[in-house]
Amino acid sequence: MGKGMEHRAGSVMVVGGGIAGVQAALDLTELGYYVYLVEKAPVVGGVMAQLDKTFPTNDCSL
Amino acid sequence: MLTNADLLALDGKPGDFTAKIRQRPRYIDADNCTACGLCTQYCPKHLVDPYNEGLALTRPIHIDYAQAVPATYYIDPSSCLHLTHDTCQICVPVCQSHAINFSQQPEEISLKIGAVILSPGFGRISKETLAKFSYGKHPDIVTAVEFERMTTASGPFLGEVKCFSDGRHPKSIAFIQCVGSRDLGCNNGYCSSVCCMYAIKEALVAKEHDPEVDITVYYMDIRTQGKEFDKAQLRAEAMGIKFVRAKVADVTPWENRLQLTYSTLDGRHEFVPHDMVVLSVGLEAPKDAHGIAKITGIELNQYDFAKSDTFDPLTTNVDGVVVAGAFQGPKDIPESVTQASAAAGLVAGMLEKQRGQGIVHTEYPEEKAMGEEVRIGVFVCHCGINIASVVDVHKVEDSVEDMEGVVYHTDSLYSCSADAVETLKERIIEHNLNRVVIAACSPRTHEPLFQETLKSAGLNRCLIEMVNIRDQCSWVHAGEPDAATNKSEDLVRMAVAKARGMQPLPEQTVPVTPKAVIVGAGIAGMTVALTLADQGFDSVLLEKGKTLGGNLGLLNHTLDASETAAKLKQLVAKVKKNKKIDVITSAELVDFSGFVGNFSSVVASGKKEHTIDHGVVVLATGGHEHRPGGYLLDENKKVLTQMELEKRLAGRAKNRAPDSIVMIQCAGSRGDDLKYCSKVCCNHAVKNALQIKELNPDSQVIVLYRDMRTYGYAEDAYREARLKGVIFIPYEIENRPEVYEKGRKLHVKFFDELMQEEMDITPDLVALSVGIVPDGTEDLSKLLKAPLTDDKFFLEAHVKLRPVELPVSGVYVCGLAHGPKPVDETIAQAQAAAAKAAIPLVKGAVSVDPIVSTVDQDKCIGCSLCVSLCPFGAIEMIKVGKRRKAQTISASCKACGICSSHCPTFAISMGGFTNEQITDQIIAFGGVKEKETADVA
Repeated sequence: MGKGMEHRAGSVMVVGGGIAGVQAALDLTELGYYVYLVEKAPVVGGVMAQLDKTFPTNDCSL
Repeated sequence: MLTNADLLALDGKPGDFTAKIRQRPRYIDADNCTACGLCTQYCPKHLVDPYNEGLALTRPIHIDYAQAVPATYYIDPSSCLHLTHDTCQICVPVCQSHAINFSQQPEEISLKIGAVILSPGFGRISKETLAKFSYGKHPDIVTAVEFERMTTASGPFLGEVKCFSDGRHPKSIAFIQCVGSRDLGCNNGYCSSVCCMYAIKEALVAKEHDPEVDITVYYMDIRTQGKEFDKAQLRAEAMGIKFVRAKVADVTPWENRLQLTYSTLDGRHEFVPHDMVVLSVGLEAPKDAHGIAKITGIELNQYDFAKSDTFDPLTTNVDGVVVAGAFQGPKDIPESVTQASAAAGLVAGMLEKQRGQGIVHTEYPEEKAMGEEVRIGVFVCHCGINIASVVDVHKVEDSVEDMEGVVYHTDSLYSCSADAVETLKERIIEHNLNRVVIAACSPRTHEPLFQETLKSAGLNRCLIEMVNIRDQCSWVHAGEPDAATNKSEDLVRMAVAKARGMQPLPEQTVPVTPKAVIVGAGIAGMTVALTLADQGFDSVLLEKGKTLGGNLGLLNHTLDASETAAKLKQLVAKVKKNKKIDVITSAELVDFSGFVGNFSSVVASGKKEHTIDHGVVVLATGGHEHRPGGYLLDENKKVLTQMELEKRLAGRAKNRAPDSIVMIQCAGSRGDDLKYCSKVCCNHAVKNALQIKELNPDSQVIVLYRDMRTYGYAEDAYREARLKGVIFIPYEIENRPEVYEKGRKLHVKFFDELMQEEMDITPDLVALSVGIVPDGTEDLSKLLKAPLTDDKFFLEAHVKLRPVELPVSGVYVCGLAHGPKPVDETIAQAQAAAAKAAIPLVKGAVSVDPIVSTVDQDKCIGCSLCVSLCPFGAIEMIKVGKRRKAQTISASCKACGICSSHCPTFAISMGGFTNEQITDQIIAFGGVKEKETADVA
């Protein structure tokens, strides 16, 4: 990701990369949009990644 | 993907927003980091690991967990010795790929975007609230998230549950529910909706770890209202987990145990010691909710979650900004996933004209001809020290030297690093390789990467075989390096044998008819049609009745006081006016065939029959009120369902709000004739009770219930009803209330748990909360080959991650056909189904994974065993000349291999896993020489 201005028509910003954000981002790319997933932590996955027995399916293929 | 990033500002209008983002440095170059973990081993400073809830130590330079995305380590600037004291830097020379870069600075990035989805999640319950339960005063009082880390097999204690005070295994564990929920003391008046279910899950897991452990859950109401959730609670009870209805007042350390003080319904005070106490913490609004609101301009509700409306659950007051997930209101994973898809669908509708403009297409060279000669390249990976510290990588690499077909072999420090991938591509071209074997880690995570590399080198992506010598050799046999090396050699030899038989498999795509059929025109079906129309897609909306609207037409208002009739009228008008929606009433789906992208439906409507070609189908068939026996419903006019009561209350009759009424919850549900909870009845009862109190404040309203499941914000209405004098009395399942007639009077007999005595009263009316049953799912299930749950609702493809898709590709579900749910959840789910259904329509073609089964029709004897076994309906019988032969419907095949393994004449083979390849692999394992194989085979 370079510095400065990013401009792409048909792009969407998703704020928060927990399961909701990741799923929204994945669906949007499938629907034909470019997605910026903005996450404040160093990793995406959110709280779901801390859970036992529901993980490990949060691979995010952006 | 921008991690470590904060949203600073958002300006502009829908379709043309500018967002300012600040990305904080990770101090590690993502392009170079191979996630080998060496830096963490050398870092001298300790850091309490927030990912493990502070239960473990890590280092300032670390990664949260092995599967983290992005798989790049990062340095915590608040604890790193170099960043805080300008010393150390030990990690810099340690890193073999020179990824550590302390000169990184925060970057400000401006993004031009068309729309925004806010999914910041939820916040934590404050320490002050936890302190009410002595959290922090004794180490054996933990939060449920901490307990979750404890029970996790890959967590800091490898799944072992221990008391922190002295390391003993707890013999008795108490779960305290509603910590930070349903508690005005911390301004969280709402119910967090998820804690009962996760407490049950954690209790079950703890019980699995140690069957002897004694577990008690202290609760006010068990709110397992989700689909199939009650079953989990019953399982927990069957496993001996105790549920005690009590409000815990205090937790006091007592000797080396913890004493709980609680009061029960009948007013008794109890004191019970436990070894460990788990606090079932609720979900709060995210900590930065106010910041987000200020930046984006969206409004928050009284609890600082995003403000939302029953009929537009995800839209905000700012055009172009939608919300999803727990920020919209406390919710579980399936609902968050549903809302996420719904939000994607809404945004796709807003930006319909810009669709596809931002997508980056990668171009690949044309696939080159295979040639006669087998030319295999073998690449063995060290994975830093992950593999190489145990397995002798060079020995493994040397072992392939003389193998037939191997023309090139090499090793690599990290096969997956950017430069190694480039080298792989160069070697393929340079040595004219036509098959590749990579001995490294798991194909699950890395095969797609190498397949891409093959494609960019002009090879078909199916010409790769991966050997997982990390998980299967170096990790599991870490203590036996020689054996691990031998096993690696065996596995690589087998892979080479299989690779010899690899053939390019065609990438198949099937064109899609860009139209949807939607079955059912209630609120769910209409929402699907409108959401699809916004995205530019045509649909045919089938309704079995004469009018649109379904159950919504029977309601008067919702719990948040939205008038339903006006909304419904608007919605129906919108549907009828929309040129992209074709409505057929009195319609019945009589025949259905085809596969995703190419379905054909025959619809009967009156005397007419329509044949519709379409690409996808959405099932929104709805449900209706159950009519249970045993409560004099349909026998005594004074016994009504909640729907009927609502209608009466909305009417004009003078005595419409009775002077006395008894409401019976779960009449016919949760173990009566219906096994499940219908999710909406408690809210419905509270809504009607409030309405009665509104009309007739002196009315005596008694609600007999098992658990009041007014989850989420409905808890506020429940509290209001209690304040207004509605009397709520719990009953036990084995002691259901009895409704009977004596003379001309209607009697209700029940056991009052509060007073501990038998009551018999004669109310003016009895209202039954009767539950919901699905409409027509059994017939549709047979027609579409879509499975049902035991309760006759459609069974989704994956409960958590694919909640609106059915296992049959191209078939989606929403609304009551999926499970009982209120209006707002139905709408969100319908929007999600529309978004998912739009995916194949947008693409215009469905790509079929090249690994599918093929039938050799010369060998096929037409027994149709495969057709009956295929779980996906992916094999059909066709006529070839005079005989019947099987044929794979490639678009539906999921490559499970059941058909191939059961075919009595070996006529079916799986692409990439042919019988010959598997035989070759087995022979190679035995080490039998090639020449002898002919006889064996």
